[in-house]
Parts: sequence; C-alpha cells; structure tokens
Amino acid sequence: MGNKLFEVTNQPIDVEELISKVKRSEAGAITTFIGTVREWTKGRRTIYLEYQAYVPMAEKKLAKIGEEIQDKWPDTMVAITHRIGRLEISEAAVVIVVSSPHRKAAYEANEYAIERIKQIVPIWKKEHWEDGETWIGNQLQTVPYPNGKPTSGEVE
Amino acid sequence: MIKVLFFAQLQDALGSDSIKIEEDSLSVYDLKQQLKNDYPTLQLDGVMVAVNEEYALDEDIISSGDIVAFIPPVSGG
Repeated sequence: MGNKLFEVTNQPIDVEELISKVKRSEAGAITTFIGTVREWTKGRRTIYLEYQAYVPMAEKKLAKIGEEIQDKWPDTMVAITHRIGRLEISEAAVVIVVSSPHRKAAYEANEYAIERIKQIVPIWKKEHWEDGETWIGNQLQTVPYPNGKPTSGEVE
Repeated sequence: MIKVLFFAQLQDALGSDSIKIEEDSLSVYDLKQQLKNDYPTLQLDGVMVAVNEEYALDEDIISSGDIVAFIPPVSGG
C-alpha cells in the first residue's frame, strides 16, 4: 500500500498501516471498520468473491466521501482502502479508519463512509457459489435511480 | 472518437471492457439509444453513466476525446 488516503488496491489490506495514516496527537479515538467476505448470504454458500472497480473514478469518489466527512465532522481524519480481485472467505474487502479528538464523531463518520461507498463508488462484487456466479447490484434493497439516472443531488 | 467503458455484468454481456464510437458529439441519452440498437442484449436500465469520471445526466453532451463509463448499480463494501 502507498501513502494515499483513498486507495483501490489488488493487494491484501494492511490494517495497521492504514491506521497509521490517521494516527495523530490531536486524536483521542480511532474507529476501524473492516468489511469482510461472508460465507453465507441468504442461505447460499459463497466460495469466493471477485471485486472489480473503475479504479480512477473509485479513488476519486472515495476522496469525495472524505471531503463530505470533513464538512460534517471537521476535526476528523479519514483513510479508506478497498481491495479488488479475488477474495477468500473472511478476507478484508474494505477498511475505513477515522481518527477524531472524541469518539462520537469517529463512529458516526465511519458509518457514514461505508453507507456512501455503497451508493456512489464504482466497485462491484461478483459472488461465486458452488453452482454458479452473479454480479451483485443494489444490495441496499433500494431503487437508487428510478428513472435510470441519478438526480444531481445523488451524485454531487 | 469516444471511448466507452463497461463494467461488471455489462462487461460480461458485451464480452469486452470497452468500445470506440466514431462520433464528434452526442448526448448521454443518444449514446444509450445507439448502444441499445447496436447491442440488444445490454441491459442499460438502472445503469448510470459517467463522463470523464463524473456521473452524468441524460441531457449532458459527450464530445470526442471523452471517456464514458456505464456503471451498473454498485456493490462495494
């Protein structure tokens, strides 16, 4: 991993290294979210996952989430790494770290980041099962683009 | 020339991750219509479009040299 705060990588994510990117003397809390590969989803067994990204845009949108967090929780510092390629059960697909003077903002900003990743960052996962495979979309069970297009509020 | 990128299920359906369109200028809507005609198996409903790595609306204009991406509902995290 490099020094970038917002990164898409095809390598395993080093959680400690990511934490070190936001560690600072002003912080009294660091929250870490690790999104891992789940074996069972709705009764179906996943053998492995495959993630694909539009890498330059994905990194840009991760950085945009960082900007949004700066606006909402000004004293926080955020770093996000998302892994792509083939991932086995229990491996980390995404790691979000937020440091803050106080814990509340660090928790809130961290949850905000994962929700936004699922809305605006061009990354896709393909579940490979024993008997098939499929690309997963719209896993929030919402209809984000009812007219086949986003409204300006959803994408800016 | 406009470069068009495809991801996830669109890439699988097309059998390729990109195509080139010989147009100087057209709207996002027109590009969608053209692709629907040329590649009837592509499911573009609910798919978002990005022009030069920013989400675009149907009425936005694409020009030669732009990079367009068709973005199915995302599933990162």
